[in-house]
Amino acid sequence: MSSEATTPSLLQFAGDAEGEAAIAEARRQIEICNACRYCEGFCAVFPAMTRQKAFADGDMIQLANLCHNCRGCYYSCQYSAPHEFDLNVPAALAAVRQDSWTRSAWPAALGRVFHRHGVAVAAALVAGFAVLLLLIQALRPEAGQGFYAFLSHNAMVAIFLPAFLLPLAALAVGLRRYWREVGGAPLRGRHLAAAFKDAAVLRNLDGGQGQGCNFEKGDRYSNERRFAHQATLYGFLLCFAATSVATLMHYLFDMPAPYGLFSLPKLFGLSGGILLCLGTLRLAMLKTRGARALGAPGVWGGEMAFVLLLFFVSLSGLVLYAANSTTAVPWLLALHLGSVLAFFLLTPYSKMVHGFYRLAALAREAQQRAAKS
Amino acid sequence: MADRSLVETTWDVVVVGGGNAALCAAITAAEKGASVLILEGAPKPYRGGNSRHTRNFRCMHRDPLSVLTEAYEEEEYFRDLLVVTKGKTDEGLARLAIRESEACLPWMEAHGVRFQPSLSGTLSLSRTNAFFLGGGKALVNAYYNTAEDLGVRAVYEAQVVHVGIEDGRFTHVEVELGGETLRIAGKAAVLAAGGFQADIDWLARAWGPSARNFLIRGTPYNRGVVLKDLLDQGAESIGDPTQCHAVAIDGRAPKYDGGIATRIDCVPFSIVVNKDGRRFYDEGEDVWPKRYAIWGRLVAAQPDQMAYAIIDHKSIDLFMPTVFPPEKAETIEGLARRLGLPVPALKQTVEDFNKACREGVFHPTELDGLATEGVAPEKTNWARPLDTPPYYGYLLRPGVTFTYLGLKVDETARVTAPEGVGDGRYANIWAAGEIMAGNVLGEGYLAGFGMTIGTVFGRIAGREAADHVL
Repeated sequence: MSSEATTPSLLQFAGDAEGEAAIAEARRQIEICNACRYCEGFCAVFPAMTRQKAFADGDMIQLANLCHNCRGCYYSCQYSAPHEFDLNVPAALAAVRQDSWTRSAWPAALGRVFHRHGVAVAAALVAGFAVLLLLIQALRPEAGQGFYAFLSHNAMVAIFLPAFLLPLAALAVGLRRYWREVGGAPLRGRHLAAAFKDAAVLRNLDGGQGQGCNFEKGDRYSNERRFAHQATLYGFLLCFAATSVATLMHYLFDMPAPYGLFSLPKLFGLSGGILLCLGTLRLAMLKTRGARALGAPGVWGGEMAFVLLLFFVSLSGLVLYAANSTTAVPWLLALHLGSVLAFFLLTPYSKMVHGFYRLAALAREAQQRAAKS
Repeated sequence: MADRSLVETTWDVVVVGGGNAALCAAITAAEKGASVLILEGAPKPYRGGNSRHTRNFRCMHRDPLSVLTEAYEEEEYFRDLLVVTKGKTDEGLARLAIRESEACLPWMEAHGVRFQPSLSGTLSLSRTNAFFLGGGKALVNAYYNTAEDLGVRAVYEAQVVHVGIEDGRFTHVEVELGGETLRIAGKAAVLAAGGFQADIDWLARAWGPSARNFLIRGTPYNRGVVLKDLLDQGAESIGDPTQCHAVAIDGRAPKYDGGIATRIDCVPFSIVVNKDGRRFYDEGEDVWPKRYAIWGRLVAAQPDQMAYAIIDHKSIDLFMPTVFPPEKAETIEGLARRLGLPVPALKQTVEDFNKACREGVFHPTELDGLATEGVAPEKTNWARPLDTPPYYGYLLRPGVTFTYLGLKVDETARVTAPEGVGDGRYANIWAAGEIMAGNVLGEGYLAGFGMTIGTVFGRIAGREAADHVL
């Protein structure tokens, strides 16, 4: 982390007073942490902060994205309220993180709307898309096989390809800004490998010694959140793999859907759907137990909506599969695809961005670790 | 307001205090099957007394043990203690604490305390001291959770104001709780309520009026109420009532509870002046951890109990970051004005000092012998002229860590009674932690030794109290 990383910050061009205040408060707290250092064993944030004495805006944003909100440092902190130093590092970093995501989203207003009114926005989108898809079905006279009886393959591609690629393009812009802002060096394979490895096991939620975090049981440690998150992550990746494999089968091997139970798309999709369903349900339940004041309270609803949206995606997918060749299929298909569409489109404006920024932060952290040694 | 079950129960063991020693006693007694009540004077967020601010545990070991490397045996540990106490220790109790510390570490781990594998910071104590993951508050949390799982009842904001003793036997405590004074009966008591350093009036009576300018590094709840009550009842004391352990800390630190983050580590690389702009002691006498403690006393002896450590740009990255930024100026005159020091005096002091510096090899991590010539007081190591702006200055004040006066105990942690009472000891009163640390630590301080005393005597007290009752 270079304290001379004073390239024009996002803050400056965004002119965001709230963001500036969030960074100033987080900097105040981090400077106290850096003089104490009792928490250095919990996660990567603390060793990262000890590499320097002064923190530029970019440094603060990097630390904020490195923080996984495990809350171990809060419950161990001798300086939390009512102490006059009033430290609440997980909340301070959550505020900076949230602000940096919102600012780097394009258009930023969309991010703000979703984060603050998450459940309503997600529900409206799902309902809207479902109605739209039902209409498209109604307009479709010819016969097709399986789900394509209701929505032609071409129509699906026409809707979902841009819905998938456009958010990715928006994310890429944000990530590029992020990398500039934190003073990132050219990325090498080993940095990415380190980042993926940390993410794969959620190293920064293991409390440093595998005891887990202090999320849902106050100052007692637990790995539940870590495991629920992993179920969600791997469930999502399996579902994504199912779609990818099916696409390859469709175009490369001329093997269009529907597929049998023991085909790769179905095996990935089913196991992934179940994992995703259980993981998101657990995450949502845990979220109701964690102290809101240790995160970014203003976007609690948006975070919850994101988890519930993913839950709905997986649940509707499983129900759709179970409802095979009943009269409910057109309705369920529209709901499921509507939720998938909403999920994709909301990616740059929802908690989904955390995965991308966290990977970037972990890669940057690997870079800085390597630069130091 | 108060739960009636508190007063309607006759508790097997009443633990007065809620820090490390109290918790070790409570857990040990509860594991033996005793019903245990913890009366913690502080509100819940401040529970744990000074243990909240601790960081490590000094531990004897014959082989590598958990996070500790190599060996640190009884003789070496005892020698280290003799150096800091200058012999003011009860050898029997000291050796007991040292020997028992070896068994404590696995016990601590088994009761939820987590240690950091190695320390990336500036202190290299991985052989002698085991560092708590997250620090002392994490340890305190772990012990409260363990105690809760064992059925120990902990009550917060419960200030014990009187320990009832009849014919040398503990009968009850009087507790202020929720605006009432309750009488809580017990069969045995473990007193682990800390020292008196947060009672500024008491400090001022003992030390003199200058103590009113001291900062208290630890909890504001160690006011010595229980200690005073026992002493008033004739319990035998140990330790010098006129002394407290004080270090030099950031003068802008909170009056209470500033803890570790308020330390200032730059003294060896600085010149330290008083408010008249004059140096008064050899800043380069020895490596910092060894000399750290003497500066509290040195600063306390200066006018208004204030001093200023001044460095130039060459030294700014040689020590731990500070919680408050230093005053900064491009010239010594400018810095003097910012610090409120007399400009000509400081300028003269710096000039005299700079003239006394000589060529040589500067080595920040060891005694480098780079000493001044022809200035009083001399600086015997790390003496480099202050000549590279910007210049930085930190205000220093004495920060009290703890007091030495305590209750005299025997090797079973039982409290010594006034002459003619019982067999010279109270029948059922034990003490652990800071309230009796003066038995072992009559002067000075050894990093991590407070937690050793608290853990060892806490466990002994808990065991003995439970054995007495059951």
